[in-house]
Amino acid sequence: MDFNDTSEEAVFRAEARAFLAANAELKAGARPVLRQSGVDAEAVKRCRAWQAKKDDAGFAGLTWPKRFGGREASPILQVIYNQEEDDFVVPRGLYEIGLGMCIPTMMTYATPEQLDRYVRPALRGEEVWCQLFSEPAGGSDLAALRTRAERDGDDWVINGQKIWTSGAHLSDFGIIVVRTDPNVPKHEGLTFFFLDMKSPGIEIRPIHQMSGARHFNEVFFTDVRVPDSQRLGAVGQGWKVSLTTLMNERLAVGDVQRPEVDDLVELSRKVRINGKPAIRNGAVREKIAEWHARSQGLKFTRFRTMTALSKGETPGPENSIHKLVNASKLQDIASYGLDLMGAGGLVVDDDLAEAYAMFQAALLSSPSSRIAGGSDEILRNIIAERVLGLPSDIRADKGKPFNQVPTGRR
Amino acid sequence: MNFDFSDDLKQLRDQSRRFLTERCTPAVVRRSLDGEEAYAAGLWREIADMGWIGAAIPEEFGGAGLGYEGLCVLAEEMGRAVAPVPFASSAYLAAEAILTAGSDAQRREYLPKLADGSAIGCFALSEGNGNPEPGTIHARVVGGRLSGVKWPVADGGIADIAVVVACDEHRQPGLFVADLAGVRRRDLRTLDPTRNQARLDFDGLPVQALGSGGWGSVQRVLDRAAILFAFEQVGGADACLQMAREYAQERFAFGRPIGSFQAIKHKLADMYVALELARSNAYYGAWALGADATDLPLAAATARVSATEAFHLASKENIQTHGGIGFTWAVDCHLFYRRSKQLGLAIGSAPFWKDRLVDLLETRNAA
Repeated sequence: MDFNDTSEEAVFRAEARAFLAANAELKAGARPVLRQSGVDAEAVKRCRAWQAKKDDAGFAGLTWPKRFGGREASPILQVIYNQEEDDFVVPRGLYEIGLGMCIPTMMTYATPEQLDRYVRPALRGEEVWCQLFSEPAGGSDLAALRTRAERDGDDWVINGQKIWTSGAHLSDFGIIVVRTDPNVPKHEGLTFFFLDMKSPGIEIRPIHQMSGARHFNEVFFTDVRVPDSQRLGAVGQGWKVSLTTLMNERLAVGDVQRPEVDDLVELSRKVRINGKPAIRNGAVREKIAEWHARSQGLKFTRFRTMTALSKGETPGPENSIHKLVNASKLQDIASYGLDLMGAGGLVVDDDLAEAYAMFQAALLSSPSSRIAGGSDEILRNIIAERVLGLPSDIRADKGKPFNQVPTGRR
Repeated sequence: MNFDFSDDLKQLRDQSRRFLTERCTPAVVRRSLDGEEAYAAGLWREIADMGWIGAAIPEEFGGAGLGYEGLCVLAEEMGRAVAPVPFASSAYLAAEAILTAGSDAQRREYLPKLADGSAIGCFALSEGNGNPEPGTIHARVVGGRLSGVKWPVADGGIADIAVVVACDEHRQPGLFVADLAGVRRRDLRTLDPTRNQARLDFDGLPVQALGSGGWGSVQRVLDRAAILFAFEQVGGADACLQMAREYAQERFAFGRPIGSFQAIKHKLADMYVALELARSNAYYGAWALGADATDLPLAAATARVSATEAFHLASKENIQTHGGIGFTWAVDCHLFYRRSKQLGLAIGSAPFWKDRLVDLLETRNAA
């Protein structure tokens, strides 16, 4: 065992590091880089400029085909780049979904002419993409979605509503899965398209989240026309195409969310219980030890994944472990840190709050981490069914035409 | 990044798993459970002949020189098989103590015997309740002679050689080594009869000091052993998860396999998560042992905390998944539940290692 890069990896790491050092600022000290609560016009400019710089230097589409400006590099180099980038303050939040999910789906299903038109501007950051999957009636049960598309000449006409669409208001294009046949079982009546987000009939409303941020949107479709030439995959094959998109989810690397265990250790030294620093308290120590073990366990699980990647293996559903463990740990550490602060933990004013109010911020943002991108419950199902091989659940909607599936009031 | 065992060691893992599946059957484990034999002597002989006990002992002292990663691989398989043999006592504790703290002469005297299995070693630390710390050690060596009482001592009833933690003439605790011939000992009834535990009464037994490292040398043995224990615990937890998984696929209730219920799926997913975290922490420990890394103590505490939690969870939820049948003597669930506690209480239990982990974290962060 060793933690060394191969010589190719080491050369690449040095190259990435040099590029980042020359173009971005190192993360400084204890101040956390909090997840952006929304991307405003200024942030869009910064994201655009950074993406263009990355593209110029050949770091934007590492694993992509050379004809689109990529390097056709092995996924391990992408992981290494992400690790290095994680040490720097770089603008984020605008292109992850487009480049991580939308364009890879296009690469599998779009025509060569379409790829020539759309891939470069996306990679360069000139055009932003969003993913229109979830609906009020289809979250964990995505295939229960109800947005309809009906054929009309060379077009399809879309009516319905999507929800939780990150960045819809900033996007130029989107990929969407809709129901084209409600008379067949739910997975069989779906079809997949890409569309222009400026099309007439699209209305975007931001969702005010419990954390105060407005990151997601509701997107309403009223007689929105999409040409059949923008269909991805066959009519009725939308579920299969959706799975391609979901498999392209970016590898979970870096992205350590604060507060981490070390932040809790730091806090436990400052606040006191019974006249002594909280870190001298046995109950506090026990919690710190357990979270440290979990945190390190995830870190080294990631190293095992990297080893597999490095040998050319493809990581599978076992990767669900990362978000499942991290999201709850974040919520629990945030809550426990506030408990240690006592009444002062309520305060989020910058000049008074402990540790840049990161515990308070995480308390309010962490519930979304446990839901977005596969809820804790869905991730446990994935581990049980796809890693451990347990039989799938018995479904009340199995084999039933979609329009005969029972629905509730919510 | 090469954070995995080599192909050779994976082959060793496959071979040892096949061997133990064949030779260390539940029937063999149950002979110790039912008190028919103190340990599986025949199995022990075979294990010794394959060079497993001396896996990490250098060849010049009669070992196989496979290195610590090799010993880690074997430890996992011993845990998976609930092996009723003194492997941990001889290989992770007695041999390690002599190797890390002893003089060259002591190594030459003891290690070849331990490596070829002709002598069994034990580690006499506990004096009743309490976790390992200097204040709990009352056994004392005066003029080269040891007096005191040690219990429970894993494999103390079958061992030929003991490494003993005792105070010297200045009341400083440290490591000593002795031949156990003639020592008064009594086998103890315990939660896990598949491993021998004994009370040893020392009354002037001649002993040799193992170095002069004091409590530091004791802690060093515990740290290194914690990583090997973690691999045994990971092996046991994995076996429990596989048992639960197979049962959940085959057992039907309400007209369907119980594994199709989310209540069971989520339970098994949680067992899997705990196991994978523990496995990854243990791997880091294996690396730290092999590299003799400076953060070995923190790696060991982390691996130990993680593995103790994973095996405890897996062994209790395996019983739960089985339902009533899992609570019977006839079904093997309880072998793992017992072993989980035995391994969890040896060399310091979870509260001890959690506290130590935070000590080490504080030291690291202060640096």
